[in-house]
Amino acid sequence: MNPRLTTENSKLRTEPAPRFTHHRTLGLAYLALSTIALLAGTALSLLMRLHLAWPAWSLPLHGLILPEEYLGLVTLHGTLMLFFVLTIAPQWGFGNLLVPAQIGASSMAFPRWNRAALILFATALSTLLASPFVPGGSAISGWTAYPPLSAITIAGPGQAGGMDLWLAAIAFFALASLVAAVNMLATIITMRCPGMAWHRLPLTVWGWFTAALLSIPAFSVLLAALLMLFSDRHLHTSFFLPATEVVNGLVLHSPGDGSPLLWLHLFWFFGHPEVYIAVLPGIGLTSMVLANFARRRVFAYRIMIAVTLLIGLLGILVWGHHMFVAGLSPFAGSTFAISTMAIALPASAEVLSWLATVWGSKPRLTTPMLFALGFVSLFVAGGLTGPILAQPILDQYLHNTMFVVAHFHLIMAMAGVFGLYLATYYWFPLLAGRMLNDGLGRVHFYATLLGAYATFLPMHLAGLAGEPRHYAQLTGVAGPAGTLLKNLLPLQRHITYAAIFLAAAQLPFVWNLVRTLSGPRTASANPWAATTMEWAPAPVTPPEAAASSHFAVPCVYVGPCEYSPDGNSFHPQWEPLTKVLPKE
Amino acid sequence: MGTPLNLASIACMRLSDRFWGLPPDASLHGPAFDRHLLLNLWIALGLLALAHLLLLAGLARRRRKGAFHSQALLEFLPLAALAVLFGGLAVRAEALWRDARYTGPDPAAMQVEVVGMQFAWYVRYPGPDATFGRTRPELVAPGEGNPLGLDPTDRHSSDDVISGQLVLPAGREVDLRLRALDVIHGFSVPALRLKQNAVPGQTIHVHFTPTTPGDYAILCTQLCGAGHYRMAATLRVLPPADFAMWLSRHQSTGGEQ
Repeated sequence: MNPRLTTENSKLRTEPAPRFTHHRTLGLAYLALSTIALLAGTALSLLMRLHLAWPAWSLPLHGLILPEEYLGLVTLHGTLMLFFVLTIAPQWGFGNLLVPAQIGASSMAFPRWNRAALILFATALSTLLASPFVPGGSAISGWTAYPPLSAITIAGPGQAGGMDLWLAAIAFFALASLVAAVNMLATIITMRCPGMAWHRLPLTVWGWFTAALLSIPAFSVLLAALLMLFSDRHLHTSFFLPATEVVNGLVLHSPGDGSPLLWLHLFWFFGHPEVYIAVLPGIGLTSMVLANFARRRVFAYRIMIAVTLLIGLLGILVWGHHMFVAGLSPFAGSTFAISTMAIALPASAEVLSWLATVWGSKPRLTTPMLFALGFVSLFVAGGLTGPILAQPILDQYLHNTMFVVAHFHLIMAMAGVFGLYLATYYWFPLLAGRMLNDGLGRVHFYATLLGAYATFLPMHLAGLAGEPRHYAQLTGVAGPAGTLLKNLLPLQRHITYAAIFLAAAQLPFVWNLVRTLSGPRTASANPWAATTMEWAPAPVTPPEAAASSHFAVPCVYVGPCEYSPDGNSFHPQWEPLTKVLPKE
Repeated sequence: MGTPLNLASIACMRLSDRFWGLPPDASLHGPAFDRHLLLNLWIALGLLALAHLLLLAGLARRRRKGAFHSQALLEFLPLAALAVLFGGLAVRAEALWRDARYTGPDPAAMQVEVVGMQFAWYVRYPGPDATFGRTRPELVAPGEGNPLGLDPTDRHSSDDVISGQLVLPAGREVDLRLRALDVIHGFSVPALRLKQNAVPGQTIHVHFTPTTPGDYAILCTQLCGAGHYRMAATLRVLPPADFAMWLSRHQSTGGEQ
């Protein structure tokens, strides 16, 4: 035996690994953070729904929900869900759990930086959750925090201490995202195992890769914007404030003559890529899971890779579609309308590939497959209103109405959550050694799909009738505006009932988790007969690699979707090419 | 020949209007806007149904088929069709947007100013001199009857009419200038199919022609603080003669306070 090899190996064994840096441990910790945020965010949304439907309802131990408290709920709900659930869980939670395994690496590129990012994310979450408890309560300016409302402390309750904590939380979050994104990119670029060429990467990895690519410019710009807003609040600058303002009867003079529109530009330059960061991992996973249960290659695999990157690229060119009625030049509206309409094409290409992959494949309708199909359904339902909102003239009617709320809850929130459930059901045997119960999974799926549509489809109608978003209540307003709002109360009550049903529909999932985790580890090594590397048995050192390396290195021999035409046999990525599958 | 078709299309519009629950429309550009919006909605609903039909039909097939190979047929052909469809919608929308926003109002259009502040809308008419008087932030005092800070030393100020209600004559184009004193507000009139943010430090113009007399809702559509939900006002469209009477009555009293 080579003496050098044994000494190196024993040295490795004795040197303790830095604590709490293993990517699986960190991945689970990221998911734990998201779970806290998800529970809090859901509870807040139910309070909002109850208050909107019955404005005189008094919250036990608290009393009436005041308008500023309602806006605090809106702000916290949006911030928790978008940042701490839909960004952390798919991208950094499941990303850490799966990326190294899917590319055949033994760890992430920078384990200690990974831990640092987690600590920053945890700090951000605790800072945000502390914000309702400072005098004045939490910030009320929504997750988009438009100045001057967010820049002037006397512009509203919550805009003093609560707003400062919000700013700090999001600044921690942006820093953490930059660290985590660099780590993800470095891992995917440098740590792929032998044979894992770019075109053999599963589409999930392409989703994580594109989202990490987008994170770098998006969160850098956000961080800069947050610092500028902080400086406007406390250092007497006026990036976002005009020379003179009259707030609450006080005349405020700023040294310069800034514009709130600058914040809108910077924020949405971050904000639009951010919503793609939230759904890209789910898009990739949906493609792979549909293929896995259809026992076929993802239709037009290489086009799907290109399309993922194209969605990412277009994602940073469309921020102005949030600003059609914000006071830009109308020519800017036309320009951003074109770049936004263009996204319909790569998005449609994804849907066409999914339809073609599934068509006539007689798939096994397991719970993960159902959630993948549900993702397709919600992606289509939410996506189709995208081109409508992309037309400036229609936005002149629909902007900031419940129609927009319906649109982004279907495409981002519901599709994003279906992506998370899909990941949970699909990878549970890998991560926990147990299979979640399929019967409970089905109940969970059908009830959640029904609840999602019952909640968010009627919101389109509320928006078409003219109901603006961010309204604390629909009563107590005089004149024709009051009539318009009051007439929508029955519809809003229906939505509240549906939202309660949707929340209750998650109980079978919780019960399933508890039941399964208390049972024995019975899952087989590769229960879905999957082809990608995370399901590979403990890596075997191939003879040619053993000669040159100290470790057992996994190797990849084929692309990620190799199935026989009848679907009965498959070729996993880790298996050497000894047998050749008959060509379809 | 054209009449039954027209009647049919109007009937369809009515049904379609009712299905989607659009509020009544009271502006000159409204009917064309509604046609375009309803077309979009029906196309979206149709595509939603089509995608689900294809998904379910593909799942329901009993016998396993070989996988598809022709990317030209299944990716590029439908994508080309969708590109034409969405391109067509974008062109139609662009024409409407151009008419609404690319050019200014007729020089003879009526001048009105709307100013948003937490949590009210104020409307100002320039009066017989057709010029808005100077305003100064230091003079803003809603409680003392000067919500916009009108400067009494300016000779254009004295005839300005300030109102809490937007009253307009039917059939005359309006050049509306929009300002905000404190934070961003959203000026939205669903019945006019119109929305424009009022941004502190900016004066933004929109123009439109109200057509149908009646009272309509004005809502704030940009989160502006605790009272955002109650920042509402009324648009009253009057027949031209009634409007002239209303304006002269207020010119003599210097505003409706």
